[in-house]
Amino acid sequence: MSSTFATPIDQIGVKERVSRLFSRSIKKESKVQALHLALSMIDLTTLEGKDSPGKVTQLCYKASHLHDSFPGLPNVAAICVYPTMVPVAKKALKGTGINLASVATAFPSGMADLQAKLDEVTSVVDAGADEVDMVISRGKFLRGEYQYVSDEIAKVKEACGNAHLKVILETGELATLDNVRLASDIAMEAGADFIKTSTGKVSPAATPPVVLTMLEAIRDFQAKTGKKIGMKPAGGISTAKQAIQYLVMIKETLGDDWLSPNLFRFGASSLANDILMQILKQSTGNYQSKDYFSID
Amino acid sequence: MSKRIDIQKTYKLFIDGKFPRTESGRYIKWVDSKESTIVNICRGSRKDFRNAMVAARKASGSWENRTAYNRAQILYRIGEMLEGRRDQFMAELTLQGLSKKQAENEIDQSIDRLIYYAGWADKYQQVFSRVNPVSLPYFNFTVPEPTGVVAAIAPEDTSLLGLVSIIAPVIAGGNTIVILASESHPLCSITFAEVLHTSDVPAGVVNILTGYRSELIEHFSSHMDVNAILYCGDDTEHKTLVETNAALNVKRVIQFPKQNWSQNQHQSPYHIMKSQETKTTWHPIGV
Repeated sequence: MSSTFATPIDQIGVKERVSRLFSRSIKKESKVQALHLALSMIDLTTLEGKDSPGKVTQLCYKASHLHDSFPGLPNVAAICVYPTMVPVAKKALKGTGINLASVATAFPSGMADLQAKLDEVTSVVDAGADEVDMVISRGKFLRGEYQYVSDEIAKVKEACGNAHLKVILETGELATLDNVRLASDIAMEAGADFIKTSTGKVSPAATPPVVLTMLEAIRDFQAKTGKKIGMKPAGGISTAKQAIQYLVMIKETLGDDWLSPNLFRFGASSLANDILMQILKQSTGNYQSKDYFSID
Repeated sequence: MSKRIDIQKTYKLFIDGKFPRTESGRYIKWVDSKESTIVNICRGSRKDFRNAMVAARKASGSWENRTAYNRAQILYRIGEMLEGRRDQFMAELTLQGLSKKQAENEIDQSIDRLIYYAGWADKYQQVFSRVNPVSLPYFNFTVPEPTGVVAAIAPEDTSLLGLVSIIAPVIAGGNTIVILASESHPLCSITFAEVLHTSDVPAGVVNILTGYRSELIEHFSSHMDVNAILYCGDDTEHKTLVETNAALNVKRVIQFPKQNWSQNQHQSPYHIMKSQETKTTWHPIGV
């Protein structure tokens, strides 16, 4: 497994494809449909050092009560929290059917030894996390230690048991699209259920060219192995417009199967409110104000 | 030698400290009374207004939290910059139909009005705050605070002085504003935006649109993120629409009939108070 076998990426081509896809106009009923779909794909996230049990509980409540005065809204797909908040969130989410995701493996830097990472994964799975978001060792990857990165993912996958594994590539630190493609291929071959762009702690986070590159890696992996890997862009996606643009991108790259929370997620904290404001705008005709939505 | 071709100015909108064209790509042909000059004015759209609202909301918090002294300094600075641009405004105001004398008057008064409100910016809160007598062990006091984002329809006739007379008290009071410039005399409103742009006014605090009142008034008054709607004019239909839509989220409604803005009665600290909310605090004492 070395970069010489990696699929090269045409950067300019990717950018042009992105801008062509993003010029699509989705309006009226299709827009409403897309907004509902996007809501159901959100991993409502809080990953701050100052997170408290109170904040996590409130977020879990919001996950299943997005805007109670407007009936017919879906729930978000999952809640995403730090390992120490897993027990609190598990209790708060009981009976809602919403998945609980936890970051693990020394998120966000990934700077810990393998055993510590595996212990962390085991503990969050034991505490009830349905999904684990791990980070890859970017330092090792950039030094060319691809085998180490691959083995690490495989071991974490094993430690996950039945929990779904999302592998965060932290593309903002990978520098080139070629690296993004290579890291995606490594992660999928090592057993990732989802590949995810970013931790949200590094800028740039999810950028459209990066997402398209990863989607194409997923498409090629499916063609080769028949397995469907999920995708999760995270960080910097805060508007309904961006969300719809990404939905267009998935449909055109991977097809209708991926237009589902089972295979596509948005990692976001403030996206839900913007989508809600757009849905209400479509229904009432008036532009909305943050004053009338829950605090995120 | 061939005759030099003049470089004409493109009149654009002023949103978030930038000068974008209207997103709709629509223009209004504006011709002066002698038909010597033809200008394309942006016909602002619902979405231009939406973008301006986002900018005004974003700017609102930090503008409100600046010190009153700093807001005063910035208002004074707008006056200084306007003084330096005299010739340009003379040319535009006369093109819009004023005599030289009238134009000069309007510029003088616009500058003076900015200086007037610059003076009030760090004083109105002291003057209008009060300590209330209460028969309980509380120290009870009341202070005016900015209402937030004001959407305004500028006066139609005195296109510079009217615009300044609306914007200055609103921003002196710590609000941000999205204002629709005069429909029939739009030139100097966009040039005034250039003055704002060079006066340390933070991006988004003032946003100026051009376009049709009849098209935009519905959106100005129904947007749920607008805290106060200010309407200048006498159209009964418009006034009713503003009142009705304001009820959606209980916007503060401020209306000015058509009037001669040059009179002194149209500058007053009470104009600042029109876009203020009153906060009363009960502070326990003697415990």
